[in-house]
Amino acid sequence: MNSPAARAAWHTIRFLGGRIGGLLATLLASSFVVFGALYLAPGSPMTFLTHGRSMTPDAIAQINQQYHFDEPFAMQYVRWLGGILQGDFGRSILYKDAVSSLLAQRIGTTVALVALSALLVAFVGLAIGIFSGLKPGFASNALMGMSTAAMAVPTFVAAVVLTLVLAVELGWFPVFGVGTDPIDMVYHLVLPAFALSLASIAFVARLSQAAIRQEISADHVQTAIGRGFPYGVVVRRHVLRNASLPVLTVLGLTLAGMISGTVVVEQVFQLNGVGSLLVSSVQQKDFPVVQAICLVYVAAFIILNTVIDLAYSILDPRVSVGGGKP
Amino acid sequence: MTALAAIAEARRRTRKRPLGRHLSILGWCAAAVLAVVALLAIFGPLLVTVDPNAVDLSGAYSGPSPEHLLGQDASGRDLFSRLLSGASTSLVGPLLVVVASTVLGTALALSAVWIGGWFDSAIARVIDAVFAFPGLLLAILATSIFGTGLQAAVIALSISYTPYIARIVRGAALRERSLPYVAALRVQGLRGTSISLRHILPNIAGLISANATLSFGFALIDLAALSFIGLGVQAPTADWGAMIGSGMAGILQLEPQEALWASLLIVITVAAANSLGDELVKRSENRS
Repeated sequence: MNSPAARAAWHTIRFLGGRIGGLLATLLASSFVVFGALYLAPGSPMTFLTHGRSMTPDAIAQINQQYHFDEPFAMQYVRWLGGILQGDFGRSILYKDAVSSLLAQRIGTTVALVALSALLVAFVGLAIGIFSGLKPGFASNALMGMSTAAMAVPTFVAAVVLTLVLAVELGWFPVFGVGTDPIDMVYHLVLPAFALSLASIAFVARLSQAAIRQEISADHVQTAIGRGFPYGVVVRRHVLRNASLPVLTVLGLTLAGMISGTVVVEQVFQLNGVGSLLVSSVQQKDFPVVQAICLVYVAAFIILNTVIDLAYSILDPRVSVGGGKP
Repeated sequence: MTALAAIAEARRRTRKRPLGRHLSILGWCAAAVLAVVALLAIFGPLLVTVDPNAVDLSGAYSGPSPEHLLGQDASGRDLFSRLLSGASTSLVGPLLVVVASTVLGTALALSAVWIGGWFDSAIARVIDAVFAFPGLLLAILATSIFGTGLQAAVIALSISYTPYIARIVRGAALRERSLPYVAALRVQGLRGTSISLRHILPNIAGLISANATLSFGFALIDLAALSFIGLGVQAPTADWGAMIGSGMAGILQLEPQEALWASLLIVITVAAANSLGDELVKRSENRS
């Protein structure tokens, strides 16, 4: 049992267990916040849910059946959570439909939007960062200056300016909607994805530029260049490899950050995704839908963060499984 | 190190440094921009000559003129006075978020570091849990419960910004606590509260204010986004985020003045807060 391999395996298991335990605890805590929010509302939960709408006794019985208001608070929470784990997100008061089917119709748009934005961040952000990291000079400084400015541009400002210039004035892109077939959908999503990812592209560009500059000035890289190794090989083997670690972490974190940005972008471009459903449900006081979407968003955010955390420790053996040294 | 030398060291560390001695030109510009924006927010209402809510449908989307310096919006309201009177609505919210989250985060972190043990790990856990909830989402949830408007959003954002400050302060306070001057003060019999408040806090104040400046920019973006999607400041109150939202209709008719002016003010303010904050963070890191 005391062999190094066994000890390493034990540490890995403990590390994974700790992270997954933490993940479950955070998910549980945030589900409690989302559920308990109902009880922070002024008035009784029932009057909050119905919100002055005239409801048929049937509809009220329906809500009661969904939330079990006749039972103690703890039981209500457990039943609600149990339902969600079985894919039952409750029923929308407004649409009189299961929330899960509302979500299912709309989640595709949101996932496509986030995925396209992530691709933009990864390719454009890294390209700018690597270029200006490897080729110092006027172009590099200009790009970094532009990135600094772009980081201060909020998503909705980017959306407004892109719509004005590229959609309304030049007419290169559609202003609204998601289109019909997959290719049309990508075409419709280019502007929204660019608006969503602009600040992240700038951030990743600056970070990867700084990481590459730092790696290039490292002693082992300078030695390798001084000994006459081909520059390309040195860059590939020593610079990019070491610089990729911090960049990958940030890439993941910005992806997680873009999740809540979809709320704003879908609203601007009138995309029928989950984010615009959240906004309209808040405005129309359809609380079961608000609750479900908040839970889905937070869960996606937490799970992504944990995955990044794990990926980082796989890529960098030094931080993995803390305390692995004998 | 003797106790006396440690106390001398403590005095040296606590000595006040003139603010801005190490600011670059860019940092000074950023500070100047923030000062101008703050003056606009305070004295803006006095400069307004036209009622920001006065509707004049005949003047819809008309361009700049002597009476209307920046032109009029879709309902013919004066853009210049709306931007000016919107400055206070747009900036007070983020300011409240920053003050509340900084005070709360600093208090939590300092007491966690001083008391230590289970209390510290409990606070660290809670901080991690709140960190997991995106700020904008918590604000949207809060507005859906307490009604649209700034109040609920500001409280929600204050809560979700607290862990950010608390994490940074906790790390810095842990480092300070292990330094000899703290031990020397303890030997002299000072109580934990006065060591924390009168000695550790002044030493990390630079770092705290630097991060508060940074989070002002983020809070401004979050609150403006909320008003933009219609869940924050409600019409007809003027607010930069809400003005971009109502200016969207003008964009489609190639009348973008309202949205563009409000965007410009938001971007300039955020850029100034970000670059000043960045510089202050670097300065406070170099110091210790």
